[in-house]
Order: sequence, then structure tokens, then C-alpha cells
Amino acid sequence: MNRAFANLRHRACRRWEAFQGDPRPRILVGTATCGRSAGAMEAWNAFRQASDARGLDAMLVEVGCLGLCYAEPIIAIAKPGMPMVCYGQVTPKRAAELVERYLGGNDPAAEYALGTVSKGRVDGIPPLFDSPVLKPQVRRTLRRCGWIDPTDIDHYLAHDGYAGLVRALDAGPETVIAQVQAAGLRGRGGAGFPTWRKWRLCRDAPGEEKYLVCNADEGDPGAFMNRSLLESDPHAVLEGMIIGGYALGAHNGYIYCRAEYPLALERLRTALGQAEQYGLLGDDVLGSGLSFRITIKEGAGAFVCGEETALIGSIEGRRGMPRPRPPFPAVAGLWGKPTIINNVETLASVALILQDGPERFAQYGTEQSKGTKTFSLVGQVRRPGLVEVPLGITLREMIFDIGGGLIDGRPLKAVQTGGPSGGCIPAALLDTPVDYESLKAAGSIMGSGGMVVMDDTTCMVDFARYFLDFAQQESCGACPPCRLGTKQMLDVLTDLTEGKGSLEDIDLMGDLAAGVMRASLCGLGQTAPNPVLTAIHYFREEYEAHTSQKQCPAGVCRELIAFRIDPERCIGCAACKRACPVDAISGRPKEVHRIDQAICTRCGACLEACPPKASAVERIPGRLTPMDA
Amino acid sequence: MLRSDSRLDAVLALFDGRRGELIPLLQRVQEAFGYLPEEAMAAVARHTRVPESAVYGIATFYAQFRFTPVGRKHVMVCRGTACHVRGAPRILQTLEKQLGIKEGETTPDGEYSLETVACIGACGLSPCVMTNRQVQAKLTPRKVAELFSREAEAAE
Repeated sequence: MNRAFANLRHRACRRWEAFQGDPRPRILVGTATCGRSAGAMEAWNAFRQASDARGLDAMLVEVGCLGLCYAEPIIAIAKPGMPMVCYGQVTPKRAAELVERYLGGNDPAAEYALGTVSKGRVDGIPPLFDSPVLKPQVRRTLRRCGWIDPTDIDHYLAHDGYAGLVRALDAGPETVIAQVQAAGLRGRGGAGFPTWRKWRLCRDAPGEEKYLVCNADEGDPGAFMNRSLLESDPHAVLEGMIIGGYALGAHNGYIYCRAEYPLALERLRTALGQAEQYGLLGDDVLGSGLSFRITIKEGAGAFVCGEETALIGSIEGRRGMPRPRPPFPAVAGLWGKPTIINNVETLASVALILQDGPERFAQYGTEQSKGTKTFSLVGQVRRPGLVEVPLGITLREMIFDIGGGLIDGRPLKAVQTGGPSGGCIPAALLDTPVDYESLKAAGSIMGSGGMVVMDDTTCMVDFARYFLDFAQQESCGACPPCRLGTKQMLDVLTDLTEGKGSLEDIDLMGDLAAGVMRASLCGLGQTAPNPVLTAIHYFREEYEAHTSQKQCPAGVCRELIAFRIDPERCIGCAACKRACPVDAISGRPKEVHRIDQAICTRCGACLEACPPKASAVERIPGRLTPMDA
Repeated sequence: MLRSDSRLDAVLALFDGRRGELIPLLQRVQEAFGYLPEEAMAAVARHTRVPESAVYGIATFYAQFRFTPVGRKHVMVCRGTACHVRGAPRILQTLEKQLGIKEGETTPDGEYSLETVACIGACGLSPCVMTNRQVQAKLTPRKVAELFSREAEAAE
């Protein structure tokens, strides 16, 4: 075993044991971006104040994200002699109460608890990992997230951290590639290309100078797997990069991370500094003679930079515009040198494979899609969050078992995977397994792991328009099929949502889509029509309703809906009248109110203003004539 | 506009002017000024020996760069997919109404500016808005109206 590493690890483990054995109670506060936005820092302050006020000496520790977004802010309390208990929705008031009851007294406040985490039982609190949201999950890439301090490299080292790197250095680059191959790892960024094959190509490419780039630009709107991982366990990504660099024969690595992730960038910088200080990066990594350095590049907000050649252009200080391939970056990439671009999760998986061995990795998943994969399960789902599951699990298990079904028990309409390059899968195909091939067969793609659940309040025409609007704005403009094609498609879709479309437009869209897909230079254009095509394929009748009946069945498209006040239910409170921005509502107090359809702009303000006990305002598909109302 | 160039000089001093540093350099300039003043872009062009037109071309390519100052409270409405299906368009609408400005504009008193952003990455807590790096989550039009009218009052 590597001597330098043995010392680092020994010291880290001793520190971790001291941390665990500390006689003070420990309070772990999840302070990733999602925790913070739900009020984690307020909870932190409340714990500090309440324990100070009682003269209690508690240890507050920042940890990353557990992925249970619906329960944020989440904290965990480890009281000496007791198993660790995890709590959800910890408002400042609850924090003060927990200090009072559990730290000050002996009442673990079971009603606020999500579950126990370590061995041992607490009356009335079930084990956290037996809960419906976590039981179907297999947390491998995310195993440390939420339990260690991401700003402390020793916490990482004490949990198998950098052991994979040491194993790699002992085994040699060829064995590393063989192990990644044996694990069956496919790129986690979207396309699912076998990682080892890409690496092989680059390793065999002539030239002394090679680069490894970690793509942390996470452009898919609606996905945050990478952000969460970088904020919660940044060293896992660094370790994967060093291993990758070693396997490729690269001495320089870049992390291209989007500027919209300030906390991820901050945690990465901290981690990078620590790894350098520990000799895990630099001219002589752990005394092995390996030279590898990592530079962080902040992305400047361009979705197209998720495309490899555009990303390279951006690092080189140019506009992020793709160029034709071949030559592929693995042969001629950054500054013309062989370059590999891997996604954040791919690299964290590499660290995992080297730490635990390829067999352990490949034991999960299907024949073609090995391992576990993280997903951001969001939208109209009861328990949104970051989940990690073995590939091959069905969409039904994801949405209903882990996600707890839909909000308010509404019917599932579709689930969108793969973001702007993916597609919508209808509720009828709920038993589709989540793997690269099955999602492709359903017309979508795995993508990087965005999974947006939609109920019957989502209009599939508006939704397709949303993605096309995105693609059109993000089109870099280099090639006409994408630049002009997405614009034309967007115009047609806009017409449809405004009731100006015809049945022929739906077929026209198919023709346009075929052209854009075949002729575009890069993946952005080649896949931009996917969300539209799947939406038309699975929800054609909804498109037809927009054209022939001039109705939006989901009640979203403003030009194709109406609001009316049910005279039977109206209590004459005038709340709607006050809320209406265009004075379209008339009626005397205590009398039935009515909406003038000629003035109404269908903004929905009346619907929101109407008190729930009356619920007199309704949204109906199709326009109304003044007479109908 | 740039009465004192000390801020700009301080930023330029951090970079030796290689082409690959162009974007980080512009990012630091924007951090210092809140936007990219024309003179600053010209100085960046000289420093990196890249034509001004190219610097401008790069700056306009990326969504992050701005050419007018932002408000003291820079409000970014997330229009990610999760936020979209959970009502982001209504959030933006309410904000526009509440602040009296359209997307991309700044209030005349320089207090607020309003922008949309592709995704903040807090999708599990959608819909959300980021104000000066702080994320406000699980918003409803009503919550937005409360949040921003109270703030406007407090600012007075």
C-alpha cells in the first residue's frame, strides 16, 4: 500500500473516530443549495441560539444533500449513546423545540423524525432507509452525500475516499481501463457511450499532451444531479478525474461548471485546494510520479456548451460553437490535443468502480445498462428529490413508490426524461424499465437523469412549445437547419397554442423535425425536435383539440380557455373583482359576480383570489362568447 | 462612466492575457462592475490582444454577460422544466406586475432588476427564484406578491 496514502488515511480515520466519539451531541445540517433555499441556514442559527441559551455545547456540522427535497431543511442529530435521528422540515421553531426536548431532555420528538440512521432503535421512529422513499433506492454514487462534511477532505478519506486512486496507481492505466470496461460503465451525461471505449481511443491517440474535462455544465433545465453531488461530495469527482487522467495519460484536467451553481463552485475550489495540499494533485501524486492538475472553468450560460466541441471552444476562450466531427475530441480536442469529456456522475462512478471493484458496480442494473444512476425526480410528484436507483427499475416504481405518486392524487399524464433532447412518455407506458435502450425505444432518452412528472394540468402543446422555445434560444446559430428550423417549429407551435393552427400544421411539424434532425451539425439540433415528436406521437388528440376544436383541454393555453363564475357558488365577496387587473368582473357586494368575456385576458387572477370555501371561479377549455357566460 | 480604473486594473492584473483566460476575465470584470461596461471590454481586448469585435462577440454569446447595470436586488426567475410545470410563467407574471418592470429590465430607482435563467438547480423545490444568489423556493403567485411587496416597502 502506498505509504503517503496510508498516513493520510490513518490520520483521517482517527479524526473521524474522534468526531464520532465526541461527547457533545452532533447536529448535521444539510446546507446544499436546496436545503439553504428551504431555510437550512435559519435552522442552523436557531440551533446555535437555542443551545447557547440553554448552555448546551452542541457541535453543528454542515453536510450535503440527502436528496429528500420535499422534506428540506433536513438535519440529523446524533446524541451520544443514541442512534442518529434524521428530522425533516426543520423550521427555526422546530429547531428550538428539538433542542429543548431532545438535547435538553430525553424526548426525541418522534413526530418530526424522518427516521433513524445508525444502528439501534428509538421508540416510535422507524429506520430511515426502510422508508418507502429510500427502500427501493440503492445509494452508491450518493452514499456519502448528506453524511459527511463536504468541506473536509478527511471525512472523504475516512470513507474509502481516494482508495480507488491508490488502487489505480498500483494496477496501472491498462488495468484501470479494463476495470471500467468490466464494470460496463456507460456515460452518465446522456448518450450512454461506453466510457472505456472513449478512453481507449484517447489513450491510443498519438501525442504526449492530453486533456480530461469534467462536464459539470448540467444544462438540462429541470435536473440537478450534478449540482447536488458536487456540493455534497466534491472529492468523489476529483478522485474520478485523477484516475481518469492517469488512465488516459493526461496531465491536465478541467472542470467546466456552470456559474449558476455558486455553491458547487465554492465547494469544488475548497476540495481542490485540500487535494493539492494533501499531495493528491500536483507533480507527484502520492509519490507515484504521476503529474496531474485540475483547473476550474466557470461556464457562462450556454446550453450548447454541453456539446463536446462547443465546450472545448468555450474553454479555449471562444464562442461555444460546435464544429463538425470527426475528428472526435478523443483524437483532436482541446488546443487540438486528444481530449476526453466526461460527465460529473461518470467520473464519480469511476471512483466508485475503483474503490469497490467492477463486480460490485455491475451487480446492479441490466445486461446492457449496468450500475446505478441518479435521477432528479421532480414536477408534480409528491416527494420530489434526488434519487439513485439500479438501472432497469420501472418508471412506475420511480414515480409511485419512491416519489409517492402525484400531488393531490391527480392523474399522471406523462413523464419527461432527457430534458430538451428527450421526450415525454405517457402514463400508458409506465412499466417501461429505466435503461438506455428501453427509454430510447419509447421515443425518449435516458439523458443525464432529469425526470419531470406531469399531471393533467400540463398541456402537451404548451410543453412542447416550452422545449422548442428553449432549444431555439439556445441554438448557437452556426448551422441553418437548427437556427432556422427550431425557429420555424417554434412559430408553428406558438400558432397552435394561440388557436391559429390547423391540422396540416401538425404534419408540417413532422416534416420540419425530420429536416432539423438529419441536417443539424450537433446534438442540440439533432435532438431538439424530440420533445415535440413524442408529444405529437402520444398526445395527438390534444394537438387536434387545439386546432379543430380550438380548445386547450389542460386549461393552459390562454387563447383557448375561459374563466367563468359559477352563480350557484359565488358568495359575492368581491375578492375576484379586486384581483382582476383589467376590471372585467362586475357585481355588487353579496351578489353574484360575472366575468365580461370580451374584456377578460384569462390571466387566472380571479381563480387564485376566489376563497377556497366558495371555489366559484372555474377554468374551462375553449373560449366563451359573452352569451355563454 | 469609468471614473476610476482601479477596479478594472485590479482585475486585469490577475490575468496574464492568454486567450483561454478571456471568459474568466470577462466574468471577473462583470463581478467587479455588475455588468460589462464598454470601456472595460475594450481594455480586456487590449490586454488579451484579441480584437474588440471578437470580445464583444464572445460576451454576447453567453447568457451570463450583461451590458447594462443590474439592480441592487437582481431577481432571476428560474424557467427550468420542473419550475415550468409547477407554474413559473405565473411567477414571472406576478413579479413583472409587482415590480412594474418586464423581464430584462431594471426599476428606475435601480433597486430591482428582473431576468429569467435556464435553471437554478433547485428543481425539487420548484418553482423558485434567485435573488442575489439566494434561492426562494416553493413559490406561489401569492407568496411572490407578499415577498416582493414587503421588500419594496422595507426598502423605502
